[in-house]
Amino acid sequence: MRHVWRRWLLDGPLSRAITAQIFIALVALLTLSAADIPPDQRRSGYADLGTETKAMEDDDTANPGMLWVLDGEALWNAKTGSANKSCADCHGDAAQSMRGVAARYPAFDAKENRPVDLEERINLERRDRLKAPPLPFESRDLLALSAYIANQSRGLAVAPPDDPRLKPFIAQGRALFEARQGQIDMSCAQCHDDNWGKKLAGNIVPQGQPTGYPVYRLEWQSLGSLQRRLRNCIIGMRAEPYAYGSPEYVALETFLMQRAAGLKIETPGVRP
Amino acid sequence: MARALIKVPPKAKRGEVIEIKTLISHIMETGFRRDNVGKPIPRNIITQFTCTYNGEEVFRADLHPAIAANPFISFFTVATESGTIAFEWTGDNGFQETGSAKISVE
Repeated sequence: MRHVWRRWLLDGPLSRAITAQIFIALVALLTLSAADIPPDQRRSGYADLGTETKAMEDDDTANPGMLWVLDGEALWNAKTGSANKSCADCHGDAAQSMRGVAARYPAFDAKENRPVDLEERINLERRDRLKAPPLPFESRDLLALSAYIANQSRGLAVAPPDDPRLKPFIAQGRALFEARQGQIDMSCAQCHDDNWGKKLAGNIVPQGQPTGYPVYRLEWQSLGSLQRRLRNCIIGMRAEPYAYGSPEYVALETFLMQRAAGLKIETPGVRP
Repeated sequence: MARALIKVPPKAKRGEVIEIKTLISHIMETGFRRDNVGKPIPRNIITQFTCTYNGEEVFRADLHPAIAANPFISFFTVATESGTIAFEWTGDNGFQETGSAKISVE
């Protein structure tokens, strides 16, 4: 039966007309100019979740991301590196010292002369203060520490720093966001600026607001960073993903946080 | 790092139906997957979960490979007396994790 239907679609008298219409619709869709989402319409991907997934994120006993937050708390207090110090030795109680930090990252680092995201900040602190080797990207420990730190800002509004040194990197991030790439010649903006709220393969296209990172993704069955999520979309566009920690990702992150200004931090978020 | 999150109401009335929620950190590797060189990844799952209320078993579950990572188990029981509600997860490779929570019943 399916074959008959497919055959009718492919060879039937209507097929040419249909194909032409789909083509015109696609061209119309893709040539729409990217327009920024008006501030009052910005919303977290949380709004697009089903009831069960929302309940999972809201309840700290059901949110698997909290397992990483607990691990992160233990790492925060653990002495490490040749300095034999812990994060807590300098920063004390994270509930106070780290509150609001995730809401303003990536931030400009004068020594590195570029913006660094939260994960990289943790590794720079390990290098400079703890004299410890960097934690690999997407390792359990790095995700745990960044989840623990970002969790301290839960409920606070994203507040990117008004730093003129960040301007060129935000512009670079925006350019990357709006640039068509990959075999299917798409940009991030075509989905997340122009067609959010509509459906892609049965799923609602979110605005792509990075409010819950690191995020527990049911598909991953694990926590993952914003860079891992960006990599996901880039592979979806059939483009070559950047290496973890590359300046392109950090520029995209810097732009995305600017774009999400005012939305509430949810870390650890839960997404499908 | 195995870790469990447990939610038991700290106080309840005698005879009240209470909800218990547990979440444990575990990869729940099915045993059906292969790594990038084609070698099978051995099964590594939690196989059993039990809950005892002052030593008496009130809930038990067998877990299987189709259950997702970080299993979340929630169930109900009747608050009968003050005491300890204890949990135990056991699994492949000698995995064992325990947890407990106090409840006071009036």
